[in-house]
Amino acid sequence: MSSFLVILVIIVYLAVIFYVAYWAEKNSKSTWVNNPYVYTLSLAVYCTAWTYYGSVGLAASSGLKFLTIYLGPVIIIPTWILLMRKIIRISKGNKISSLADFISLRYGNNRFLGALVTLVCVLAIVPYISLQLKAISETFNVITDHNIVSSSIINDTTFYIAILLALFAAFFGTQHTDASEKHKGIITAIALESVIKLIFFLIIGVYVTFYLFNGPTDIYEKASILPNFDIHQKINGVEDGFNWFLLSLLSMIAIMLLPRQFQVTVVENEREKYLKKVTWLFPLYLLLFNIFVIFIAWGGNIIFQNDQVDADLFTLMLPLQNGHEFLALLVFLGGFSAAISMVVISTLALSTMLSNNLIIPYGFLGKFSKGESAENTESIKTIRRLAIFILIIVAYFFYRSFTLDRSLVSIGLISFVIIAQLAPSFFGGLFWRRGSSKGAIYGIIIGFFVTVYTLIIPFTIDSQLFSTSFIHEGLFGINLLKPYELFGLQIFEPVPHAFFWSLFFNVIVYILISVNIVGNYRERNFAEMFVDNSKYASLHENAYVWKGEAYVKDIRKVLTRFLGEKRTERALNLFFMKYDIDKKTQFADARLVNFSEKLLTGSIGSASSRILISSVVKEEEISLPEVLNILDETQKAKESNKELQERDKQKDDFLDTVAHELKTPITSIRALSEILLEDDAIEIEIKKKFLKSIVSESERISRLINNILDLEKLSTGKEKLELVENSIKNTIIESVDAVRQLALNNQVYINSEGVQDIKTVYDEDRIQQVIINLLSNAIKFSNKNNGKVYIITVINNNKLEILVEDNGKGIEQNDLNLIFNKFYQAKNQTILKPIGSGLGLAISKQIIKSHNGKIWAENMKPQGARVTFTLPLNTN
Amino acid sequence: MKKILIVDDEPNIVMSLEYIFKKENYMVFIARDGAEAIEIADANLPDIILLDIMMPNVDGYQVLNYLKSSKELNEIKVIFLSAKNKISDIELGLQLGADKYISKPFSTKKLVKEVKELLK
Repeated sequence: MSSFLVILVIIVYLAVIFYVAYWAEKNSKSTWVNNPYVYTLSLAVYCTAWTYYGSVGLAASSGLKFLTIYLGPVIIIPTWILLMRKIIRISKGNKISSLADFISLRYGNNRFLGALVTLVCVLAIVPYISLQLKAISETFNVITDHNIVSSSIINDTTFYIAILLALFAAFFGTQHTDASEKHKGIITAIALESVIKLIFFLIIGVYVTFYLFNGPTDIYEKASILPNFDIHQKINGVEDGFNWFLLSLLSMIAIMLLPRQFQVTVVENEREKYLKKVTWLFPLYLLLFNIFVIFIAWGGNIIFQNDQVDADLFTLMLPLQNGHEFLALLVFLGGFSAAISMVVISTLALSTMLSNNLIIPYGFLGKFSKGESAENTESIKTIRRLAIFILIIVAYFFYRSFTLDRSLVSIGLISFVIIAQLAPSFFGGLFWRRGSSKGAIYGIIIGFFVTVYTLIIPFTIDSQLFSTSFIHEGLFGINLLKPYELFGLQIFEPVPHAFFWSLFFNVIVYILISVNIVGNYRERNFAEMFVDNSKYASLHENAYVWKGEAYVKDIRKVLTRFLGEKRTERALNLFFMKYDIDKKTQFADARLVNFSEKLLTGSIGSASSRILISSVVKEEEISLPEVLNILDETQKAKESNKELQERDKQKDDFLDTVAHELKTPITSIRALSEILLEDDAIEIEIKKKFLKSIVSESERISRLINNILDLEKLSTGKEKLELVENSIKNTIIESVDAVRQLALNNQVYINSEGVQDIKTVYDEDRIQQVIINLLSNAIKFSNKNNGKVYIITVINNNKLEILVEDNGKGIEQNDLNLIFNKFYQAKNQTILKPIGSGLGLAISKQIIKSHNGKIWAENMKPQGARVTFTLPLNTN
Repeated sequence: MKKILIVDDEPNIVMSLEYIFKKENYMVFIARDGAEAIEIADANLPDIILLDIMMPNVDGYQVLNYLKSSKELNEIKVIFLSAKNKISDIELGLQLGADKYISKPFSTKKLVKEVKELLK
C-alpha cells in the first residue's frame, strides 16, 4: 500500500480523535461524556499495542501464557467494588492526582517518597512508551512495504506522529491547573479508541478463524500437528503453575498501579457507582479481546511455518499475505489506536507526577511563593506541557537509539515488574497503619535494584560490549548470585523469578523497617485516615491533627498565589460556612490548614502544598499517642453529637419556616409602603387597595405570632386547661356560628344535624378552637360548586368522637399523617395560598393531646376527607 | 418595551411589583406558580423574570432549570426573589444560573435598579 495513502488515513483518523476530544471538552456535562460505559472503555487503555500484536506473538511461541496478563485483572476487578471504591474515596477526599501523590500523602506528605515513586514510574514507563512508538513504526513499515526503518528523523513518520500525540496530550491534558480535575476530552477519545481497537481486532479474528480457516476446530487440527504444539497449550506441572500464579499476580498489580490505569480508574472517576458497571463489563471486554488471540497465533504458525515472520506481526501479516490490504489497514489502525491511547494517557499521568512530585517540590517552590497567581498557574501548565514533550521525545529517541529487538511482551513485562515495586507501600499503606515512609522508601529502592540485577541487566546487556559470564556463572563466579537463578531458585522463568525476589525483598524491608522505626505523627495521622477511610471520611478536615499558630491572612496569601483572588475568596467562604466559623477570624485552625493543603494539592502536589502552607504557619510537634488520642476523641464527639444535631436541625427547620412565613407578609408590606411613600400621584382607589393589603398582611403576621406562642404554650404544658363539664352540642353550635360567614362566602352548606347532646369534661375555648379550625379547613377544601360540610358526633368504645367531613377531592394518601405537622401546608400546599398560618392542625393536635384524645384524617369514598378527634367521656 | 414576568404565589407581592414595573414602562406578565411561569415564558419570551423559589407544585429552581435547558429561553435574565436567605441558598441559586439573588423583604428601588442594569 502506498505510504501516502496510509499517512492520509492516519491524518484523517487523528483528526477525528482530536475532534471527539474537543467536542467532549466543550460538552463536558453531556451524558455522552459522563456515563459508566465511557469510564469502563477508558480502562481498556490497559490493552496496548502489546495486546494487539504481542499477545499473538507470545501465544505463537508459548501458548496460553499470554492469558495471565488478563487473568489477573479479571480476578481482582470484582473486589474493586470495595477496594477501588476505598482508593477513589481517599483520592477524591484529598484531591490526589497521581499514584505518586497517593503514596507520598499516605506517608505524611513525604516529598522524597513522591519523587522516588515518580522516578520509578518514569523508568518503568518510558521504555514502554518507546515500545508503542516502535509498534507504530514497524507496522507502518510492514503495511507500506518498507523494509528499512528510515535513517533520518525527517523522513520518519513515527516522529511526526509522536509530536502530534504530544500536542494532543499537552493541549487536552493541561486545560486545568488542578490536575485532579477530570480530563473529559482525552477520556472520551480514549473510550472511542477502545471501541475501535476491539472491533477491528474482532474483525481480524473472525477473518482468520472463519475465512482463512474453517472455524476453530479446523485451526486446532492443523496446528496440533506442528512440532512442539502440545507443551505450550497446558500448564506443565507445579513449577509452571507457580509461573502462572506469579504472572497473574503481577498483572493484578499492574491493572491497579500502572500510572495510566491509576489515571483512568481513580483520577478520572466521575462517580463511584460506575465501578458497578466495570465489574462485569471490563472483564467481558478483556474476554472478547482474547477470544481470537490463540486462533490468530495458531493460524500464523500454520501459514508461516516455513517463512521467517515475526510472530508479533501475525495479526498484520495474515491479511497482507492473502492480499486483503484494506483489512490489513483496519488492523493497522486498531493497533495504532491501542498504541496512541497508551502513549497519551501514560504521558499525561507521568507529566502530572513529574511536575507535582518532582519538578515543583524540588525546583519551583521558591519561585512560586513569590509569583502572582496568573504567572504561577501558567508556569505550572508550562512545566506539565514541557514534561509531556520531553517524555515523548525521550521515548522516541530511546526507540531510535537502542535496537529494541526484544519482543513486545518481554519489555512490557519488565515495566510491570518495576511498577510492582510500588505495590507493598501502596497496599500496605491502605491496610496497615504501621507502614512507615522509611519502610516504603527502602522497600522500593531494594526492590528496584533486585529487579535491575535479576532482570534488566541480564536482559538488556549487550554481549559484544560486556562480559556476560555472570549471567551463567553468577557474579564473581558465585553460583547463588546467578541473576536468573538467585539463591538457587530454579523453578521460575526470568520474569516471575525477578518479580518474586524483588517483591520478596521489598516486602521484607518494608515490614522490618516499619515495625522497628516508628514513623512521625504526620505519617500516622494520614495512615489512620487512609486505612480507616470509612470512619474518618465523614469527619472531613476534622480528621487532621495539627497544633500550632497560623493566621488566616497568611494562608489566604499563599492560596491567592495559585487560585487567584476570586477562587480563594470563594473557597474560604465555603470553608467558613461549612464549619460555621466567623469570616473575620484571624487565627487558622487545623481544619483550615488541612483544607488549604488540599486546595493546592491538585495544582502542585501534596508535598509541595504542605511545604508552602507550613512556610506561613508555626507548627508544634505532637507526640504519636497524642495524635491517636485526638483522633479517637473527635470520633467519639462526633457520634454523641449526632443526636443533638438531629434535634438542633428540627429546631432550625422550624425557625427557618417561621422566618420565611414572617418575611412573606413583611415583603408585601414593605413594597406597598414604599410605593405609597414614593408615588404622590397615586390614584385614591389604588391607594386604598394597597392600604387594605397592608392591614391584612399585618393581621397575618399577628395571627402567625399568636399561633406560634399558642403552640409553644401547649407543647411545653405551660397552658393550664380549664377542665369543666360542657355540652358538646353547645360548643359545636357556637363554632358553626363562628364560621357561618366564611361558609356563606364560599357557598358551602354546613350540616350539623348529626350532633347529639352529650356532656363531658373539656376546656370549651380550646375545643371550640379545634372545631373552628377543622370546619374552616373543610369549607376551604370542599367541593367548589356544591360545597357541603358535615359535623357529626358518635359514641364509640366509651369515647366521644367528633367527625368533620367535606365533599372535596380529599387529601393525598401520603399527606394524611403529615398535615398535622407544623407548617406542613406552607411547604406543600397544592392550591393557591389559603388564609392560615400552617399551624392550625398542629395546634389542634396539641389541644386534643392534652385532653388525652386522638386526632386523625382519612379519605372517604367516593369523595371527601374526614377528620376525626376523640374526647374521653368523663363526668364530674 | 421590555417584557418582565413576575412569578410569585403571594397576591400582594405580585400586586406591588406589577404596579412598580408598569410605572417604569415595562410590559408586565404575571404567573402564580412555576407551571404557569413556564407556560407564559414559552409563549411571550420575556426579557427578564422575577422568580420566587418556594411555590406550590413546580418551584423556582425547577422553572430555572427548565429555562436553562431550553434553547430559546436560556438567554432570559432571571432574578431570584426569595425569603430564603442563607448563604447556601444564595450559592445554590447562583450556581443554577440565576443572574441575581435578592432576599425578601427587598427594597423596591434596589430591585428596579438591578433589573435595569441586567437589561442594559
